[in-house]
Amino acid sequence: MAVLTAKDFKSDQLARWCPGCGDHAVLAALTRALPKVSQTLGYEKERYVVVSGIGCSSRLPYYMDTYGFHSIHGRATAISTGIKVANPTLTVWQACGDGDALAIGGNHFIHAIRRNIDINVILFNNQIYGLTKGQYSPTSKFGAITKTSPYGTVEHPFNPGSLVLGAKGTFFARSLDVELALNEEIMTAAALHDGCSVMEMLTNCVIFNDGAHKSLSDPALRADATIVLRQGEKMLFGKNKEKGLIFDGHKLRVVHVGEGGFTLDDILVHDAHADNIGLQMALVDMKGPDFPVALGVIRDVKDITYDDGVRDQLKDVMSKSKIHCVDDLLRSGSTWEVK
Amino acid sequence: MQHKVIDVSDVVIRFAGDSGDGMQLTGSLFADMSAIYGNGLSTFPDYPAEIRAPHGTISGVSGFQVHIGSEKVNTPGDYCDMLVAMNPAALKANAKWCKREAMILVDADAFDDKSMERAGFKTGNPFEELGVEDRVIIAAPITTLTQESLKDSGMDQKAILKCKNMFTLGMACYIYSRPLDYVHTYLEKRFAKKHPEVILPNMKVLQDGFNYAAAIQAVPNTYKVESADLEPGLYRNITGNQATAWGLLAASEKSGLPLFCGSYPITPATAILEELALHKSLGCKTLQAEDEIAGICTAIGASFAGNLAVTTTSGPGLSLKSEALGLAVMTELPLVIVDVQRGGPSTGLPTKTEQTDLDQALFGRNGECPMPVIAAHSPAHCFDAAFTAAKLALEHMTPVMLLSEGFIGNGSEPWKIPAMADYPEIKPPFFHGALHDGERFRPYERDPETLVRRWAIPGQKGLEHRIGGLEKNHDGVLSTDPQNHETMVRERAEKVERIANCIPELQVEGPESGKLLVVSWGGTYGHVLSAFRQCGEPEVAFAHFDFIKPLPRNTREVFARYGKILVCELNSGQFAGYLRAELPEFRYEKYNKVQGQPFLVSELVEAIKNNL
Repeated sequence: MAVLTAKDFKSDQLARWCPGCGDHAVLAALTRALPKVSQTLGYEKERYVVVSGIGCSSRLPYYMDTYGFHSIHGRATAISTGIKVANPTLTVWQACGDGDALAIGGNHFIHAIRRNIDINVILFNNQIYGLTKGQYSPTSKFGAITKTSPYGTVEHPFNPGSLVLGAKGTFFARSLDVELALNEEIMTAAALHDGCSVMEMLTNCVIFNDGAHKSLSDPALRADATIVLRQGEKMLFGKNKEKGLIFDGHKLRVVHVGEGGFTLDDILVHDAHADNIGLQMALVDMKGPDFPVALGVIRDVKDITYDDGVRDQLKDVMSKSKIHCVDDLLRSGSTWEVK
Repeated sequence: MQHKVIDVSDVVIRFAGDSGDGMQLTGSLFADMSAIYGNGLSTFPDYPAEIRAPHGTISGVSGFQVHIGSEKVNTPGDYCDMLVAMNPAALKANAKWCKREAMILVDADAFDDKSMERAGFKTGNPFEELGVEDRVIIAAPITTLTQESLKDSGMDQKAILKCKNMFTLGMACYIYSRPLDYVHTYLEKRFAKKHPEVILPNMKVLQDGFNYAAAIQAVPNTYKVESADLEPGLYRNITGNQATAWGLLAASEKSGLPLFCGSYPITPATAILEELALHKSLGCKTLQAEDEIAGICTAIGASFAGNLAVTTTSGPGLSLKSEALGLAVMTELPLVIVDVQRGGPSTGLPTKTEQTDLDQALFGRNGECPMPVIAAHSPAHCFDAAFTAAKLALEHMTPVMLLSEGFIGNGSEPWKIPAMADYPEIKPPFFHGALHDGERFRPYERDPETLVRRWAIPGQKGLEHRIGGLEKNHDGVLSTDPQNHETMVRERAEKVERIANCIPELQVEGPESGKLLVVSWGGTYGHVLSAFRQCGEPEVAFAHFDFIKPLPRNTREVFARYGKILVCELNSGQFAGYLRAELPEFRYEKYNKVQGQPFLVSELVEAIKNNL
């Protein structure tokens, strides 16, 4: 098998996103991650299908040299589901935005998670409708001033992570567009996960919502404003990893290691494989200024996938049934002979 | 009175009761045993939308009409020879369907003051109030007799009362000279595993009902309908929805592609999804989606991945699927959309039949969005119609709309079981060509003759390509070029039109030319055909359309041979409007009915005569 490179996954189409758009970086991470995934799992390139809905980020399939399906607004998850169930040997990646997946496509999104269909969903969250030029989205902050909320929104945003965990999702990761290496790592983990993997990418829309994630992505602030969680590692953050998370009663609390009697032993160890969502939910919900925003693979647990369930049931019924072809079917049950 | 067994050529029986009275089962058992006896048969279940509407009310009346004959019968019959009414409401709702000489069998126990008041009767004589007092009325105390029959069964009251329908069926079997063996076999099969204790009591009640009818003086005569002279072969009874499901499975087998059905439950289409879910042994995958849109979108995804993809629905569901239908047209992926029509608009009359989705099927999408539309004409024909829809979809790379109707979807008829060897292979236009170095697969390159694009299924090496809802050029690259858009619009339309070269021509019954051509489409076939035959007018011919878009290519030539065209349909004139737009040079008359009910043959006869 030929070794694939990032170049093999890039199509001849020029990415037509705005200069400085966070989507470029996510695309770059994906084209770098897929060769590694292919190497690890022995996948050929023709095995990949990239599906999307409608929106800026949904143009992504055109920039990948794989099988691709640019569908309609909100429905990518349903299309992906059909592809995976129909042909489970395909590896399905999906690009969708916050409006696409959480507003018009919210229903399909939660049900794909509930079914645990084995697809990899990259949720580009720029907290704005970009392609329609600047209306608020279901993830826009409360009070966000946009073209359709000139006096500020009066509605609460979704936190995609708590939505995924609430629907008993088996995989959730979060990252920033600028975290190229972390994103490759997350995408690889998602590919290795059997089931519905949701990767929330906090992306910057330079035109309509510039700086929405600046408090996290600014190099000067990032170490304190975010925490990268890794399986089996202490939950430490800060420029010198001097801060950490502990459980205080039923709540998470930020402490300084070596201060107030807290030692490294007190710091929580991340377990994405824990079936109980309690701590993971608390991690997903963390936000500034009191807490760092959690990045990395927050939840990654094993469960039966929908596509495996469908396949196994089919095999089981086929082995037991007396009906093996349509002629058998037509003659089954109550019939009579006219002579 | 001297008891006589009278031979009759056909008989219509209408079973009516509360929606919990088991009338659908009683009716279908009577139908099945008649089918096995060899009668011509057609059935029409007419039930309310509510599962259990308030007891004893008109809105809760559930009916099942069976028409049996000593020849092939084409309709469930206009008026009945016997009405079985299990309560006053059932009598009130159905008395209008009784022939002048009809027999009315009622459960006398159910006609107490309270029930009569509930059904809206004002006097103590419901028959007089309804003007049917001169019919043969058999008022049997069915409830009491059932209780009496089962008093030693050890069953509780509730369970005993559930057996009333078997007593009634037993009486009907006596009156129409039906042997009880079939019901025995059915009860044994149905309940052997889960409720073996109910088999014997039900058989006893059935036999007691039969004996009771034989013993009382109230039944003046019994009737016999000889078996029909049917073509020899193996037969079964089949409903339209079941036949649709099986036709799709047959297409899956003939194309070698696994069947995928993404659907959301909706009356009256749900039975197709249920039927397909049963047949996983044939490799069929069913996905009960979270909504109608996901139903069609999962199907589109499955189609892209190389399955024979189907979504099934009814009117309101079709509205929800509109945008995705456009996607299927734009991506030129094979897909079968089954619309089992019901009364509309909106939620409308969910359990009643109509042909009011034709305009939606033809035009209900944004942009220039042509799609082949075909319609099934009887319960058994749903098999061939579904097979054909799938064949056209796969071979022409297009979504195909298959219109069915509640009437044929739920209705049943005997069907001579075909052999799959007699059905054609289905050959999708898979890309088999070789690509030179640096050459790319061109997803929208077309066959010059059919304008059909090639199909490259993900997983094939070197054929990676992207499709989607945005306009593209033949290479599959996004294009907003004005000329390219117009070319693609024309090619998509022309591709659908050229399907006319692959479908049968329009057949005419009756004279080669004349004053009037009676035209129908879809599930009204049996009624219109019967009316046409009953008229026997030398200047009148009949033509039925299974193919609506494109129209059979000889349609213009056929229409030109008649003075005018009478289009009969269960809507306000949608097919007539379409024909007028496609073939404007002819004179069209319309006969329409929008009552959620099938045509009556008698009213069609009158319409034909009025147009002469």
